[in-house]
This record gives sequence, structure tokens and C-alpha cells, in this order.
Amino acid sequence: MTHLEKIENQSVYIFREAYANFKNLAMLWSIGKDSTVLLWLARKAFLGHVPFPLVHIDTSFKIPEMIEYRDRLAREWKLNMIYGQNKQALDEKKTFPAGVLTRTECCKALKTDALVNTLSGKWPRYRMDHATGQYALDTNTEPYTGVIVGARADEEGSRSKERYFSPRNKESGWDVGDQPPELWNQFKTDFAPGTHIRIHPLLDWTELDIWEYIEREKIPVVPLYFDQGKGERYRSLGCFPCTFPVKSTAKNIKEIIEELKTGKFKNIAERSGRAQDKEDGGGLETLRREGYM
Amino acid sequence: MAASAQEKMNIVIVGHVDHGKSTLVGRLLADTGSLPQGKLEQVREECARNAKPFEYAFLLDALKDERQQGITIDTARIFFKSKKREYIIIDAPGHIEFLKNMVSGAARAEAALLVIDAQEGIQENSKRHGYLLSMLGIRQVAVCVNKMDLVEYRQEVFDRIEAEYRKFLTEIGLQPRAFIPIAAREGQNLTEPSARLNWYQGPSVLAMLDLFEKAAPIDRKPLRLPVQAVYKFTESEDTRRIVAGRVESGSLSVGDRIVFLPSGKQSTVESIEVFNAPAVTSVTAGSSTGITLTEQVYVNRGDIVCKAGEPPPQVSSLLRVEIFWMGKRPMVLDRPYKLKVATAQTTVRLKAIDRVIDASNLKQTDKKEIGRHDVARCVLQTAAPVAFDLAGELEATGRFVIVDEYDIAGGGIVLEAIDDGQTGLRQNAVARDLNWDRSEIGPEERTQKYGHTPALILLAGPVGLGKKDIAKELEKALFAQGIKTYLLRMGNLLRGLDSDLEMQRLERREHLRRMGEVSHLLLDAGLVVVATASNLNDEELAELKASVSDRNVFLVQVGLLLLKNSVIDLTLDPSAAATLNSAQVMALLKSRQVFLR
Repeated sequence: MTHLEKIENQSVYIFREAYANFKNLAMLWSIGKDSTVLLWLARKAFLGHVPFPLVHIDTSFKIPEMIEYRDRLAREWKLNMIYGQNKQALDEKKTFPAGVLTRTECCKALKTDALVNTLSGKWPRYRMDHATGQYALDTNTEPYTGVIVGARADEEGSRSKERYFSPRNKESGWDVGDQPPELWNQFKTDFAPGTHIRIHPLLDWTELDIWEYIEREKIPVVPLYFDQGKGERYRSLGCFPCTFPVKSTAKNIKEIIEELKTGKFKNIAERSGRAQDKEDGGGLETLRREGYM
Repeated sequence: MAASAQEKMNIVIVGHVDHGKSTLVGRLLADTGSLPQGKLEQVREECARNAKPFEYAFLLDALKDERQQGITIDTARIFFKSKKREYIIIDAPGHIEFLKNMVSGAARAEAALLVIDAQEGIQENSKRHGYLLSMLGIRQVAVCVNKMDLVEYRQEVFDRIEAEYRKFLTEIGLQPRAFIPIAAREGQNLTEPSARLNWYQGPSVLAMLDLFEKAAPIDRKPLRLPVQAVYKFTESEDTRRIVAGRVESGSLSVGDRIVFLPSGKQSTVESIEVFNAPAVTSVTAGSSTGITLTEQVYVNRGDIVCKAGEPPPQVSSLLRVEIFWMGKRPMVLDRPYKLKVATAQTTVRLKAIDRVIDASNLKQTDKKEIGRHDVARCVLQTAAPVAFDLAGELEATGRFVIVDEYDIAGGGIVLEAIDDGQTGLRQNAVARDLNWDRSEIGPEERTQKYGHTPALILLAGPVGLGKKDIAKELEKALFAQGIKTYLLRMGNLLRGLDSDLEMQRLERREHLRRMGEVSHLLLDAGLVVVATASNLNDEELAELKASVSDRNVFLVQVGLLLLKNSVIDLTLDPSAAATLNSAQVMALLKSRQVFLR
């Protein structure tokens, strides 16, 4: 069994454990390469089906190609597609692009707060109606008790400490120091009312694994990851005011894999194009403790 | 060679707090050029700015908390590469407070480095961690005697620690691969042999890592495929009925005759299902797979699929085990917990403690409960029989965890299956089911046609509390909803089928056996059967369940039963109206998905 086959089988196992144990299960889809691989693995686990809703947090500042791609796949694969957002902050223009918040504060408002309240069902959820192809208010407001997320251990420090099944308290907070034990593929599947569990099927995957799997499986990805002739491409996708391309001439998946293997990015973090990580010593970890994915 | 095609190995670093685990990893990263550019300088500068001496351990402290407290609180994964392969190093915390984190990290490892401080010598957690490594099933262990610089690299210090610790490991059945003297902070004997330690002939740490071996595939052992779920995505117009799970050992091919345990049901593999991959006709250990069957049988999550003709797993409700407890409150006799073994889950109770051991010194204690960080040999009793293996034979199906309330609080390995007295009955039921002259109409077809699964609702409780009135109401309510149902009236049984029995205690068992067999026939006919029983005890209930092969039995208690070890699905108040009580049972059946529509 190759390394890719091994991590694929483990991810499928985790998906099936999640589906067997959580009645209100949802998966976060950020449209990026990791969570798209995650979506593909769900189809592997359930033999072509995705038997739970996919949730996207729309900050309204996403690069437009990302939303187009999201809705195209949702229609093609008949996904149960849901989005949520912080409507109040957007209406009142309390954001970083409006010049009111710092990048980290903006992330908290548009991503963390929107995520936490969409998952709990406190804020409206919009669901794709496959009859019309449009989004309509979702009548189901039950909280999701199991949330599948595409975090990888190699991304940055705090994610390397995650469990496969990781509890979040009532405020969606993460207590890094007091995580329950996890051994021999027995996961935490019991949880107190009001709390939920984050499930991480991609924990063992690296950036290179992701691209090699995309190549092997021919998974469609957003073209933003490739150089369109300007000598730059996105390595990690986010909101346009805070995400910057990296210098690269990789025009396809093969060239990206080559680029990663030759070590061009060996000393540059994958999220180096994400400005919010740099604002204070542990910007991302602070966000994660409060419920950010 | 492509980096991903390269071999990868998970290594855990354990040992007592402050014996230098993080320093060892930090220095190993620095000396092998595995750190991102500028990282070392950045941490050095930061230390200088804060007037703090630089330590290699700081390199690993990705979290703010840790840097403040100066101790590793959770396992962190560090990626690192040698010429031979890639390593994922799991740096486990040494502080006793975070033992559950150490266990979580170590349970993922294929090999371990155990660090002992040469100056401080063997400490409490040096032993405890050693014990846990052996229990977690990690056989490849090398012991690093660190801080040799603080004892002037003297061989006799090393020899003394080696002799003492080797003796300890022998007692717990662990054969260490090597004892390596090192000075992690000074970089001695980490990546290359050290001149300061010229009396030592063995491998350096890096050389030792490369000497660890990948576990051989377990394809040749008997098949074990614990069922994770049975999928049917009919709403997406997919008619396949797919039994999903991972092959933990052995192999499975299309056409294989398979047995599901504990139920004993049999079928044949019709196909192996895949998504976006070439068709396959067989799968081996490690594959998360999905199969379809030629004959549709009722299969539940938790069943273990094995091959007819291969040694089967054990089936019992009594298990002798070794447990390691991590819960905040102790594990006590007779309190209900949840047992998770492979994909099965059941209520479990601690029935007897053989002995409790303090893992830090191997001393036996005469405790009557299993406290936090204790290791115990004991007997567990499950509410329903489970299928499992002995850990010494097959690890994946021989390990379990215990859940207390919401958290995993204990982990353990199965040492022995104890005969629970039901083995004969279960085997009879299995033999009966195997040779059953099956109807041309399959159970699945009946379920689809009738709109409900078969079920046995057992109303049990003390005499004279109106069980029969509730049963009558329930039969009417079920019938009104279009359910194929029948109330098995005890008087009718006694006057007919049981007319040869004297209704004394000795004959009660035979009466229950007959009641079980009649229920079994009615369930085979696809009905929802309602029955009443007075003063049922645990053993009788277990026998009844075994005779209907444990399928869809709902125990409804009317008043109080003297049951200690059975799952009660619903308790009714005898003083409430029979119609209200009947409605409660209907709600239970609905929530347990007995009704399809």
C-alpha cells in the first residue's frame, strides 16, 4: 500500500466513524484545495454520495472565481450546499476593507463569528435549491454537533496538536491543554449538550500529499492555484484583501508538485500569502481557540 | 525518488518531565538541517531579547501556553527526514498531568525513544511510560540516556541506569532495541558517533531510528472487518446495500463465504464497491472498503466480518482485561460505562478486580477501585455479547477503550474471553440460524413490504402492575398504524405449548426457551411481537435475547426490575394510563427506526 493509499484509507475510516456517530453532521468547504480533497474523500467513503450538508462561510470578500466554482460543483454533484455570513457586520461595514477593523478582528467577525453562529443555527443559513439553482433560507436551524474540517497538522503549529475528533465547548472554544485521549482509532464521539466535535480527516496529510492526490484522482480545483501567465499563483486561498499570490510559473498540477518537491517553498510557510497570520505572535492560534477552523 | 513515495514512520519520544525530550528533538532538527531557514537564529534572538538562555526545546514550542510554562502540554507532530525515510516525530509531554496526551501520541507511533536523565536517573514516569508503551503495543523501543555531559560522560553511570532499567523492562515483557548514551544539548551521539563517548559501540540516535522496521503487513492473519455501517442511499436512486468497514487483518475476495459475529449470520461477498477507481475483486488489510452481499442478512454496526473456515473471533459478555485508567474519577465496581471495541459499543461494568498496579513502581495495591493513572487486571461484563480477539493474537480487534460520561477514560487490551454461560445457547441459536430453512421471501423484502422491521417488545416487571393492559393497548395502537403485529399472550402459551410443563422454578427456564423460540418464528415472519414477562432477571433476559439472535429486542420496564447488567430501553410508570404508556412505547419504536414510514 502506498503512502497516499494509506492516508486515503484512514481518512475514509474517519469519515465513516463521523457519519455513524453524529446525527447532525456537516462539513466545512472553504473551496480551497484541502477542503475540496476532503469533499472528494467523502465521496470515496460513501461511494459517490455526500450524505451531509456542506457549509461555506461567505465573507463576501472571497475571490469571485471561488464562488462560481463552488456553485458549479454543488450543482454537478448534487451537493446539499449551505452558506452563512455575518450580515450585520457587512451591512454596517464593520470590516478591514472598510478600514474599521484590523485584519485579525475582521477574520474574527466575518469568519469566526459567522462560522460559530451558522453552525449553532442562531444566524440564518442559505441552502441551494436544486430545482431553481438558487439559494433560499434553510428552515433547519438545528445546531450541527459534528463538524468535519480540512485542517492539516503540517500547516502551522497549533494545528499539529489537534486530535482527529476534537471537542469544542459551548462557545466553540478549544482547550488545547485539556483534550481527551484518543487511541487506536477510537475517537471521542460522546459530547455534552451544547458542545460539538470538530472532525479532522486530513490531519495526517501534507501540502504535497494534497497535490499528488488531486493529480491521481483528477479532482477539479479553482484555476487561481495556477499561473495564468503573470508569473504568479495563489498557494492558499482566502479573501482578496488579505490573500496575495506567490511568485511561481507553475501552470498545472504537475508543475506545482515539481515546485514543492524541488524545495522552492521549503523555507516559506504555505500560509505566507495570508496577511492575518502575521498581525501578532500567534494570530491564527488565537483565532482557532475562539472557534476559527 | 519522489518524497511521497518515500517511507514514513511515526516515532514517539517519551520520558519523565525535564529529562530532555524536546531538547533531543530540537537538536536533531537543527543538526540534520530540518529547520526552516532563519528559525534557529530567530529563536536565539528572541531568547536574547528576553534575557533567557537559549534552549533547543524552544524550537518546538509552537503554542504560547507552552512557552510560558516551559513544559510540553500536548503531543505535537514534527516532520523530519533522514537519508532513509521521513519521520513524523511525536513529542509527548512528560508531566504526569498530561499523561492522557502522552498516551494519545504514543498510540499512533510505530516505535519509541524513551529518554532518561543520566544525572537524575530512573524516575516515576520513566517506568510508567515504559509500561504504557508495552501496553499500547509498541515493541520497538530504544532508551536514550541523556545529559551524559552532566556526569562527565562516565560509562559507569550509563551502565548502572541500563542495568536497572533493562531489568524493569524485562519484568513487563519489553525487549529494548538499544540503550544509547547521549548529550542532546551538546549534540553528542545524535546524528554521528561521539568522540566523548568512545566507550560506546552502538548506533547513534539517528542510526537507531533508521534501524527501526516497518511492521509486516497482516494480510496472512484471519480476516477481521468490523462493520462501520450499512449504507443504502435510496434517495439518490442508488439501490446498492453496502456493508462498510476497514479490513483490520487478513484479506477478502468476491465469492468468499463470510460470517458476521456475534450474530453468526452468514452470506457471500457479491461485489467490492469503489468510487472513481478501477474495479477490484479482493482487498487486503488496511483497506477501508464496502461490500455487497448475495443473500441479504441483518447486519449491525459493531459486527465483525470473518471468513467461514478461518479461526473466528471470541464472543462473550465476560472479558478478562488489562486496563489503564485516565479518568478524573476512578473506575468503580458495577457503575455502567461504555465499552468501545473495534466498531462495537455496549454498556459495560467492572465486575471484579484481580489486581491494581502502580505503574511507576510495579507495586501491587489492594485497591477496590481503579484510580487515575493506575493499571489493573480485571473482569468486565458487557450488557450484550461482543465479538473481539485476544490482544496477543490480533491487536486491532483486541484493544478497547472505556468511556465515562462523555470522555474516553480508559484504554485496555483483552487477555482472555471468559465463558459467560450463554455460549452454548448462542451456539445453538447460531447452528439453528445456519441450518434454517429460509423462506423464498427475504427479511429485507418483508421489511420493505410491511414498512417496518421485525421487533420484540418485552414488557417486564413485578406481577400485578398492569403489564398486560399496556400490552393490549400497544397491540391495538400498532395495528391501527398498519403494523403487522401480534400479542403473545402468556396464558395461551402455558395452556397449549407449555401444557407438559409444571410451572415451578426449574421449568421456568424451559418456558422461557419456548417463548424465545416462538418469538423467533414470529420475528422471522416479520412481525412486531409484544410479550410480557414477570420478574425477569439478567440471565433470563440474556437467554431470551440469545434465542432470537439478539435482533431488535426492546426491554420495557413496568415498575422496577432487579436487573443489574441489562440495557433497559424504556421505563414506564405503572400508575399512568395504559394508553399513555402504550404511546410512549410507540414513540420509542419510532425513534429506534422500527417504522420505515
